[in-house]
Amino acid sequence: MSINYSEKIPNNVDLANNKTLQRALEHWQPHFLDWWRDMGPEDSTQFDVYLRTALRLDPKGWAHFDYVKMPDYRWGIFLNAAEPDRKIPFGVHQGEPAWQEIPGEYRSNLRRLIVTQGDTEPASVEQQRHLGLTCPSLYDLRNLFQVNVEEGRHLWAMVYLLHAYFGRDGREEGEALLARRSGDADNPRILGAFNEKTPDWLSFFMFTFFTDRDGKFQLSALAESAFDPLARSCRFMLTEEAHHMFVGETGVGRTIQRTCEVMQQHKMSDPADARKFGVIDLPTLQRYLNFHYSVTLDLFGADVSSNAATFFATGLKGRFEETKIGDDHQLNDAEYPVIQVGNGQLVTNHVSALNAINERLRDDYIKDTVAGVGRWNKIIEKHGIPFELKLPHKAFNRRIGPLSELRVNPDGQVITEAEWTQRHTEWLPSREDMEYVRSLMGRVIEPGKFANWIAAPARGINNQPVNFEYVRFN
Amino acid sequence: MLQGGPAARPVPREKAMAAVTESTELSLQHLIDPEICIRCNTCEEACPVDAITHDSRNYVVDFNICEGCNACISPCPTGAIDNWRRVSSAQPYTLEEQLSWDTLPAKTEPAVTAEAELPAEVARLTAEASAGQGGPVSPPWSAAHPYVNLYSLQNPAIATVAGNFPLTDENASADIRHIILDFGNTAFPVLEGQSIGVIPPGIDENGKPRHVRLYSVASPRNGERPGYNNLSLTVKRVTHDHEGNPVPGVCSHYLCDLKKGDQLKVVGPYGTSFLMPNHPGSSIMMICTGTGSAPMRAMTERRRRRIALNEGGELMLFFGARRPGELPYFGPLMKLPKTFLDINLAFSRVPDTPKQYVQDLIRERGTDVTRLLKDENCYIYVCGLKGMEDGVKEAFRDVCATHGMDWNSVYPALLANSRLHVETY
Repeated sequence: MSINYSEKIPNNVDLANNKTLQRALEHWQPHFLDWWRDMGPEDSTQFDVYLRTALRLDPKGWAHFDYVKMPDYRWGIFLNAAEPDRKIPFGVHQGEPAWQEIPGEYRSNLRRLIVTQGDTEPASVEQQRHLGLTCPSLYDLRNLFQVNVEEGRHLWAMVYLLHAYFGRDGREEGEALLARRSGDADNPRILGAFNEKTPDWLSFFMFTFFTDRDGKFQLSALAESAFDPLARSCRFMLTEEAHHMFVGETGVGRTIQRTCEVMQQHKMSDPADARKFGVIDLPTLQRYLNFHYSVTLDLFGADVSSNAATFFATGLKGRFEETKIGDDHQLNDAEYPVIQVGNGQLVTNHVSALNAINERLRDDYIKDTVAGVGRWNKIIEKHGIPFELKLPHKAFNRRIGPLSELRVNPDGQVITEAEWTQRHTEWLPSREDMEYVRSLMGRVIEPGKFANWIAAPARGINNQPVNFEYVRFN
Repeated sequence: MLQGGPAARPVPREKAMAAVTESTELSLQHLIDPEICIRCNTCEEACPVDAITHDSRNYVVDFNICEGCNACISPCPTGAIDNWRRVSSAQPYTLEEQLSWDTLPAKTEPAVTAEAELPAEVARLTAEASAGQGGPVSPPWSAAHPYVNLYSLQNPAIATVAGNFPLTDENASADIRHIILDFGNTAFPVLEGQSIGVIPPGIDENGKPRHVRLYSVASPRNGERPGYNNLSLTVKRVTHDHEGNPVPGVCSHYLCDLKKGDQLKVVGPYGTSFLMPNHPGSSIMMICTGTGSAPMRAMTERRRRRIALNEGGELMLFFGARRPGELPYFGPLMKLPKTFLDINLAFSRVPDTPKQYVQDLIRERGTDVTRLLKDENCYIYVCGLKGMEDGVKEAFRDVCATHGMDWNSVYPALLANSRLHVETY
């Protein structure tokens, strides 16, 4: 079904034939726009931005590119096409028809999952709202705005589910999603990483690489859900999420490339010297990486979790690529290795695979991340520079779960509190690192020009040239 | 950077053609640039026919499944998905190859232009070759579509010598060689009867790059070795011109001296006229001398590989040389069943034997020749030295006269119906 543009809310869920729901969402829409004006990208409402908008949901139709003022962006409700006769792929209900309505006993758990997912979407928009003032290029500014409007749309996707399937509770949750604020002491966002600051573009790129990749894995797990509207919503969101990871991977990649170019040009032997030339030195990049990676690992939740087990067993949230896994999709007798703390040391224990669902998703995420970092290292290697970016140990700098009890260095060795205090600035961005990175963040808005610390991309958006006027400021 | 959206992109071959594995078929192969791809899985998710798969390293597209529907193009956030290489249908990049890549292979695809102009030198040579019949005629209606001029002088293909074998005796007066060229991953589709151009390296006495020389392909369309991306040439080492004056024969010496593993620049392919019929029941009469046998070998070999299909039609060959030791492919020819190929060999320098030329044999076989001249499904090919052309036509005139036909009306009809093709030099 195509999106009905005669309606106030573009959708492919036949909203016109559900007046109650339509009215509820039309009521929520101005609140959303208010939130966008207050907490969306700063001073951007007049900009014409070359954005991608979904027009139809077939693969050819959902990527329509044109100039849009962001408050006029067609935020709507899009679900992937229903898979006929879809069966629940895992858990106790495996093989039964997927649910089109929510069984009463699972309402509160599903609501919790949807609210947690939904809360991350406006949170990241809030975290990133000042970045436009220091953009390294028009191209990057446009990419930031694309990420922002799509996070907004992801919020819509979750609010639709709340309104359509959770009645009054759902509507209240919808309002609460607009009321919480990233980093607010009194009413913070639900998850820790979404209350961190995104103070500079390196952080933004790291965030979109590491933290939006968490989004990919969470959405993938929810896309297996027995609750079909959630599964279909998440499938479509994944397509958009891919753009966010693209922004992160290429953003960091271009930063690395620029640093390597400068190092090569000046035949530098000490990577720290790169700062003399106004680029971000590789050791600083490593520290940013360590921070964003470790903070993101926390997002997967406790390594042993009975909640996660329940979500899986009851069919609410599956594993990454559930249908491609060749096991019984029940996991009643299976085990999974989990790193835990024993006698003040890290030990690997085999625990019930059901309880280790979070850990498994975290491990899938790590695998994906390793590959991405490998591609960054290829850039360094190409420039003949003997430096390798490494992901720190899984237990490094964890703040949630049992691993947070220990101090662990990036190599995975347990260290004393004293050593941590003394050395943590070797591993995590120091105040000085952050100040240096911030000092580089000047605003570059001439088409085709890029800040000194970042290389131009290999190709433009939608096959437009790199020097295309991606944003018009009016 | 690619221009135009997905709609403007040429669509790879139809599914229906999947069964066609002839190396003459060029296809666009859909590939993913591993350097740009961020492994987001969106394409795999979007593909309606599950043509896209991945391992821990790369996302790859299965050539045999991809229908070129472009459903994966716009969802790709990076543009990595939007890569196409023109390849020979028989030799697409395999999944294993794609999975091993860190970067896309260099573009070896031919620059296909709709109205590519032949290089002046090639046009001149081609015009000369078909001058005897008043210029090239249309190919038989059932000829396969030829690719022409895919590689220009500015953008030649690089071939590697896979073999170089003498076809003539050590003591023969001519040195004729069977040279096999391998094109690796470069698509170089040819049909029987087409030529390729070879550019000898170096400069001539005037300091200019050397002229291109044309050679008829001696192998059938699916390769000297079926399924491999190679072709063969029949090359005579030129030491004297047609008048017997010594000439350097730069290109032929260059080719004859090539060793296995050597690389050379190749242009073409050329030729849209001297092509074989493909419809069942079609017959072919071949008249040649010396290295003019190259296209005849290609056509014969094409038919031989399809014997099991029982497509019918006759093959009749008139082949002239000085003596058996100088007749290219003499050995293999003799092994072909008589029922498959009606062979007529004429030798002009066999001691103690009267000189015999192909035109003599045409007269001897007058009854069968006129039967085939009358057969609308028989196509006639003449290839060899300029000197043979008139003699062959005279022989035809004679057999027509003795069998109650008028060559003066038969000849124009043959040309009009694309049944007579002459290439002489």
